[in-house]
Order: sequence, then C-alpha cells, then structure tokens
Amino acid sequence: MPEMVTLTIDGTEVKVPKGTTILEAAKQVGKVIPHYCYHPGMSSPAMCRMCLVDVEGAPKPQASCVTTVMENQVVDTESSASVANRRGVLEFYLVNHPLDCPICDMSGECDLQDFVHAEGRDHGRSVEPKRVFGRDDFGGDVLFYGDRCVMCTRCVRFMSEVEQDERLTVVERGNRSVIDTFFEKGLDGTEWHGNIVDICPVGALVSKEFLHKTRAWDLDHTPSICASCSQGCNIELHTAENLVQRVKPRENLEVNAWWMCDYGRHDYEWINHGQRIEAPLVRDATGSSRTTGWKDALTSLLEGASGLNGTSVQIVVSARGSNEDLAALTKLQDVMGGGDKVFRVSQADEESALPGFPTLARRKDLGPNVGGAELLGISRVGESDGTGGLEAVKDHDGIIIVLGDNLEDQDETFGANAGLYVYLGTHECAATKAAHLVLPVTTFAEQEGTFTNHEGRIQRFWPALQPPGMARPAWLILGAVLAELSEGVAPRSAAEAFMNLAEAVPALRGLTYEGMGLSGSVSETAQHASLD
Amino acid sequence: MRVISTHFGDPLQRRLGTYVERGGYEALKKAFSMGPDEVVETVKASGLRGRGGAGFPTGVKWSFMPKEATKPHYLLCNADESEPGTFKDRELMRWDPHQLIEGCLIAAYAIRAKHAYIYCRGEFFETNQVVARAVEDAYEKGYAGEDIFGSGNDIAVTVHQGAGAYICGEETGLMNSLEGRRGEPRVKPPFPAAVGVFGMPSTINNVETLAAVPHIVNNGEEWYRQWGTESSPGTKLFCVSGHINKPGNYELPLGFPLSELIDDVCGGIRNGNGLKAVIPGGSSVAILNSEEARRCRLDYEGCIDVGTMLGCASVIVMDDTTDIVKQVRRMVDFYAHESCGQCTPCREGSAWAAQIMKRIEIGEGTVEDLDTLMEVTEQMVGTTICVLSDSVAPPVQSSIQKFRADYLALISEQESAGAT
Ligand SMILES: Cc1cc2nc3c(=O)[nH]c(=O)nc-3n(C[C@H](O)[C@H](O)[C@H](O)COP(=O)(O)O)c2cc1C
Ligand code: SF4
Ligand code: SF4
Ligand code: SF4
Ligand code: FES
Repeated sequence: MPEMVTLTIDGTEVKVPKGTTILEAAKQVGKVIPHYCYHPGMSSPAMCRMCLVDVEGAPKPQASCVTTVMENQVVDTESSASVANRRGVLEFYLVNHPLDCPICDMSGECDLQDFVHAEGRDHGRSVEPKRVFGRDDFGGDVLFYGDRCVMCTRCVRFMSEVEQDERLTVVERGNRSVIDTFFEKGLDGTEWHGNIVDICPVGALVSKEFLHKTRAWDLDHTPSICASCSQGCNIELHTAENLVQRVKPRENLEVNAWWMCDYGRHDYEWINHGQRIEAPLVRDATGSSRTTGWKDALTSLLEGASGLNGTSVQIVVSARGSNEDLAALTKLQDVMGGGDKVFRVSQADEESALPGFPTLARRKDLGPNVGGAELLGISRVGESDGTGGLEAVKDHDGIIIVLGDNLEDQDETFGANAGLYVYLGTHECAATKAAHLVLPVTTFAEQEGTFTNHEGRIQRFWPALQPPGMARPAWLILGAVLAELSEGVAPRSAAEAFMNLAEAVPALRGLTYEGMGLSGSVSETAQHASLD
Repeated sequence: MRVISTHFGDPLQRRLGTYVERGGYEALKKAFSMGPDEVVETVKASGLRGRGGAGFPTGVKWSFMPKEATKPHYLLCNADESEPGTFKDRELMRWDPHQLIEGCLIAAYAIRAKHAYIYCRGEFFETNQVVARAVEDAYEKGYAGEDIFGSGNDIAVTVHQGAGAYICGEETGLMNSLEGRRGEPRVKPPFPAAVGVFGMPSTINNVETLAAVPHIVNNGEEWYRQWGTESSPGTKLFCVSGHINKPGNYELPLGFPLSELIDDVCGGIRNGNGLKAVIPGGSSVAILNSEEARRCRLDYEGCIDVGTMLGCASVIVMDDTTDIVKQVRRMVDFYAHESCGQCTPCREGSAWAAQIMKRIEIGEGTVEDLDTLMEVTEQMVGTTICVLSDSVAPPVQSSIQKFRADYLALISEQESAGAT
C-alpha cells in the first residue's frame, strides 16, 4: 500500500499516492488540466507551460505535470493566474499557427482548437507575418506540417524513449526550432511510428493513409481488439459510411498502454473487403445451388446431418473467430459425435517488442484468438504462412464444418467426399465449391464478442459495422442448430453465449461478461495453458 | 583598489612560475589544511555573492552539497559569459588564469568534488587557449590532478569549450551542454546540489565568484568585508561600455555610486553629451533614466532601490543621442535569437516582441503595440523553465515607461505619414 497524500484541488479533497503529479491527481476529481507536452507514457519536459496552476504558498504558478502532490496542498486550476497563463500560452501558439483547420486532418479532435475555443482570446493581437516551415515527408506513414507544430516534443520523446530508435529531433532553437529527421533517414523501417500521429496534440503529424479521408466529426468510435496478432491491443475502430476509416489504440495499461504497432494499425482493409457472401447458399445433390433464407438453410443443415449419425465431425476454424463462435462450434461438434478440431494461423518470423514498453509486442501468431482456440482444445496445424495441414480434413467422408478459415490454398476438391460440408465464412472461393451449405457470418468488427490473447486475457469487442445482407454471428447460427439438436435454448446475445462458454470451460469459470468491461480479465488457467 | 584584477595587463601573470612567486596557490594549501567545512564557513562569513547575475550567497550555495561524497561531486565554473555588455570573465581568464584555477580547486575541495569543469564560451578562442595552457602547467607542476602537493587530494580540472549559445550559460543548460545534449535548461527541482551534471551533486559558480575565493581564503572574511556594504561585501568588476570616454573593466567596492563611476572613473560621457540612460547590470535588467542613474548605488540592494538589478554589473551608458528603441530592439532580438525554444512563452513571445519592436523602429508601429508589448512581456515572466524569458520584460517595459516619448515619436511619424 503506497503512502497516501490528501490535498484539495479546486475545492474538492482527493487522496492520491505520494509522488503523484498534480495533473494526474486532478484527473481523479474529473479535472483535465489543459496540457500539451505531458504524456503519461513518457518523461515530462514541462516545456509547453500550459499546465501551470496556482499552488497555495508557491510564489508563482507551478507546472502541474511535474509538481508532485504534498499533504494539505491547496491547488487552484482556475485561479486568475492559471487562466491568464493559459490564455497567454494559447495566444503565443497562435502567433505563428496557420489556423488551417478547414483543411487540417486534426480538426475536430485538436487540443489547440479545443483549448483555444474554451479559453483563448477571441481576437489574436499578432499582425506580424507568420513563420513558414512547410510540409515534410517524415517517411513511413507520417507527414509533418511544421507550421502546425506546437513544439511539445512528444514525437521526439516517443521515438527516443518508447520505440528507442532515435529518428526525430529538434533542430535549431528559439522560434526557429523545428522537428526533423536525421538527414534522409526518416521513419522508414520503424514499426511503431504510427503512435506519434496519435500523440501529436495537433495536426502537425498526420497519417498519409488517412490524409483528407474523412473529417474527425464524421467518425464513430467503437472499442475493439486488434485482430492482427495475439497481443490483443485494445483499439478503437473509427468508422464512417459503414467502413473502417482508421484504427487507433485505446488505453489499457495491462496490455498495450497507449500504443499499437503499425502492422496492426494498417491491417484493416480486409474488414472493409466487398464481395461478401450475403445470403445462405444451399447446394443439392445435383450440384445446383440456390440462395435461401436462414430458416431453410438451417433446416437443410439439420436434414443433412441427420443421415450421418455416427460419423466423425471434422472442424476447421480461424484464429479470428470469437471465443463464443469457436465454443458454439466445438459444442455442436461434440453433440454431433465429435472429431478432430484444427485451426491454422500465419506466423511472423520474430516477435517485435516495443522497447520502452516491452510487455507489448507484435506477437508471432498473427491472429487474435489463438488463445481461445487452444483453450477449447483446437489444435494448430499447417505451415507458418497459414497454409497446408488440411490433408486429413480435405477428403474426410463424414461431416466437415469450416468456420472463418478462407481456405485460399485449397482447391475445388476440398470436402468433395464429405457427407455434409458446411462452410461458415465471409467469402466464397474454389474450396467452397463442394460445400453443401455456405453460410454468411459476420467479422469481429460486425459483432459483439471476446478474444483470448497470448497471456489468457479475455477481452471484449463491440460491433462497429453493419453486417452485409443476412450475415449473422457464428455463435447465433450454430447456437440455433445446437438448440434444435439438443432441445436446449439458443443464446440470444453474445453475453449469453459467453456465459455458456464460461460454464463449460473450467478455466473460465467465475469470469463474467459485464465484469470484463473495457479492459478485459485474465483467466488464470488459460494463462498457464498458453505458457506450457 | 584591486583584488581580483590586480594583474590585468601583465602577461607574466599567466605563467605558473610568476603566479606562484606572487603568492599563488598558497590559498589552496591553506584550504587543504582547513578542511572543507571550514572553507565553506569562511566563504559564507565573507558574504561573497555569486557574480553570475543572481547574487546568491556563495558559501550558502556550497553548503547545500551533501556532506558525504557517496556519489561523485562536480564543481562547474561558468565561463560562458554571453550577456550583452559583459566582458569581465574573459579578462579574468586571459590575464590571470591560475587565479581562477586555484579558485576552482578550492571550491571543488570545499564541496568534496574530485573534478572541476571550466565551461568556457566557444567564441573565446584565445581565452580557451590561455586557460587550457594554464591547466596543463598546473597539472605538470602538481597543482592539479592527483595528490595535489602530496596532500592526498585529487582534483581534476577540465576545460570545456562551448559551441556558442547564451543559454548554455544558464546553469542547467550548461550541464546539458557539458553532457553533450542540447543546451536546454532543466526543470528545477531537482536542484544541482542534488542532481546536477551527469546526474550527480554539483555546484556551479561564475568565474568572478571563484576568482575571489583564493583571496578570501588567504586573508579571511573580515579582510574581504572591508569593502562593500553589509549585505553586498567585497569588490566587483564593473564592465563599463557605451558612450563614455574610458570604457573598460573597473574593480570597485560594491556600493560605489554609479554617477562617480561614469563621471570620475570613466572620464565622463563622450563629447560632453548629456546622460540619457544607463543599464547597470547587463541586458536583462531595467533601464535607468538619468535621474535614477544619478541616485543609484552599485550594489545588489542599491540597484533594487532604483527599480533595477545589479546583474553581472555590466554598465551600459547611453548619451542623449541614443536611439533607445533601437537599443531595446537589439536586446529583444538577442533574446529571441538565444531562447532555447522549449517554453512556449519564451519561444514565441521573444520572437513576437522582437517583430513588434522592429515594426515600431521602422516607423510602422501603433500606440496599441506598446500595450501589446507590455502585456506580451508580462506573460513571459514567471511562466517558464528558466529566467531567460523573464529577462525580456525589464528592458522592454522600463523603456516604454521611461522613454515613451521616444516610442511615440516613431509612431506619430508613421501616423502623420499615413495622414498625408
Ligand atoms: C539565460 C541565462 C544565461 C546565463 N549566463 C550566465 C553566464 O554566461 N555566466 C554566468 O556565470 N552565469 C550565467 N547565468 C547565471 C547562472 O545560471 C548561474 O546563476 C550562475 O552561473 C551561478 O554562479 P554564481 O552563483 O557564482 O553567480 C545565466 C543565467 C541565465 C538565466
Ligand atoms: S492543428 Fe488544430 S488548430 Fe491547427 S489547423 Fe489543425 S485543427 Fe486547426
Ligand atoms: S510534431 Fe506534434 S508531437 Fe511533434 S513536437 Fe510538434 S506538435 Fe508535438
Ligand atoms: S525560458 Fe526560454 S531559454 Fe529558458 S528554458 Fe524556456 S525557452 Fe529555454
Ligand atoms: S504539460 Fe506541463 S508544461 Fe507541458
């Protein structure tokens, strides 16, 4: 238990651990002291001078980002000196700021815009010509608009302290200071630089990929989990017009802090991919197929299965399936008689850790729910590029159910011998030709659910997009089939689906869907299982 | 009356042999026999105050250092002298380098440091060479380095040549620069006595401060206090420049009247002109008009009494032909150029103030500009990491207050030009 200190901030008493800064303590009473240079994940240079507040007894306002709390301290963030200082600092920023908000990507989520709007002068007094730095390509995904820079050095500190690959620096001094790369050696080849765009408080660092794509205020933000590796970085999907427009990290100190890797950040086009299967497809004995409704499709499935009692059921799943989806399928498999369960996942050659926050790494397994699959006893097969390993399934003459694996390496003969071949996925390909049923399912971005990350943390994600056509979450489809077969009750929500799972898997017992909240819960057993 | 400038003009003094013949390095021997704490007490009792500008009592500063050197301690000599109007440290170094080295060694001993750095302004090529040569000589004869005079005391001395930035004279900017980083002042606390250069306890003193130390150790605190005032004891070098007949460095007791300095010591104002203004302490202090200058006593308190500061006693005298606006504009330009750029008020404010000043100077100013200048400079006071930012206000504000007519003349010229 750390030693606690009691102080008063804007009239409200607050108790915080000794060593806490005033700025962090103020957050606890719901007060965000305006600031630019401070970022909780890096050192504090106290240079923007925006966060100065009155501390009783101090001769002049103190920088709240570096001043630590003291017993019985009385802090006033709204004193005339604090407000006057903020107004002054904001005016200074605007002396040379281009105010090109109408064409600036940051507009709508910009700390300069917001703070000036809240507390700045309504008219600037400067009539001098503005300093011009122009635009610079920093390499990687980053463009630098020097004139918008507020010289907070967060970007420089991220590269030197967090990524620990010094690629940026301040050159010159005084108001000629500008952020620059070392000669032509820009950000190319670094793997975490997207974070500097996130932490830049203004529109000075922007993403090339997002440049002028949409306006910030047109974006909906949905909490989610990165589906690109097994780290499980907490993210937000920013969507507009039913498309993911960009991906941003979401704070979770247990998993990714404020950061995410560039690979995951930019790996979202597949979510937006068109040409989706929009309706269930049923193929009869003659090989001719028809699209149909769900009721008809599920009836066909049950009919197909009923003639095959006693044959084994081989399942192939994707490590992008949610825990609820995978659990629904493994349970159905059990009820139908059981059989082999496999998944395939692409792997990177190396893990790539973030040096300044090494518990965060782009993991080798490039799928978000390898942990969940393994927890459900599904075995990994195939090559490290996510192909192969399906020789036994391919010619199986019983039941084959594929969930989510795109089977891109397989040909038309896949499942051709099967008594019943059900494909639940998003896209058709050669290997779905032989399927008796092709059922459209949603991606993680279109449904609610959970993933289990590399350390056994179960984390929730929320639907960000409308699913195409009749696509439904796999747990819902499979749950309905299961209810028919076992005369049980189908889960009506992802929460219920998770509850079923938590009851069935001893390792998850005690976890609740609500309890996981935004930051997830760790299942002890799952952690051990994945460490073995 | 000279204490530290006794040998100015005598090239022989640079030689170690001459320095020793004339009693040099006796103070160091004496200090070694006194023990560190007694040296600190002596300097404290002498009332010596820092000559780098702030006038902080030197012995008190030394006493902030930990009493046990569990980590390496460092003594830093601030020889970055860059304040406009200041040229005393350079002279102290080039005429009497061993006096400074001896002062550094005594101070290092007093604060239990085994290493002293002399951070010398980059542009001072000759000075750098003279001091570096003297350090070499001192090493050769065993006055510096290991086991000095067989006393068992090891004190290394290193001369570091700066790269030419005013901000590297700010104590923590100097430390960053010495460590090979950008010369950017650090946030305090922690203070240098706790976390200084290389993260270790450090004390930093100005050249002139350290040059006085051997004399105080040799002769005792009472001797030193025969000059100056109760709270500003001792002698001080005054760097006098501007429109006077005999500019130069003059060592005088603190408390000396400014008018006597101008009229008697420096031979009066050039061409028999009238006095318009005096800056008594370098560019960072308020300008005095002639009436205030006449009343000013040159010690720390005497300057405060007339609304300015002694600073580093760089007296800039301006006669009645002086274009005050231009002079102030040049000072503001200097600060804008030298701001390290970390703090928003300093980075943006200094450059903005310089732009406004320039506009006024070329006849494109307005009366509102004067209000803006007053407020902008006020927004730069007390809001930043170091006090470079605060230094812009005194010259700008005092000149607008005291020489408003000079500004208005330039402004009304513009306004009447606009009217025709
Ligand atoms: C912008 C700035 C520049 C400074 N430049 C110098 C300098 O060139 N030489 C110096 O001795 N002190 C300079 N100082 C003062 C030092 O920070 C420090 O107070 C001084 O070296 C302490 O020595 P003292 O106690 O012996 O005066 C400067 C301070 C500021 C804020
Ligand atoms: S950085 Fe902010 S204030 Fe500046 S142009 Fe962009 S949105 Fe506007
Ligand atoms: S580019 Fe952005 S993050 Fe970097 S210093 Fe400028 S404002 Fe700060
Ligand atoms: S006040 Fe000016 S010189 Fe001092 S640290 Fe801040 S920006 Fe740099
Ligand atoms: S946030 Fe405190 S000075 Fe920038």
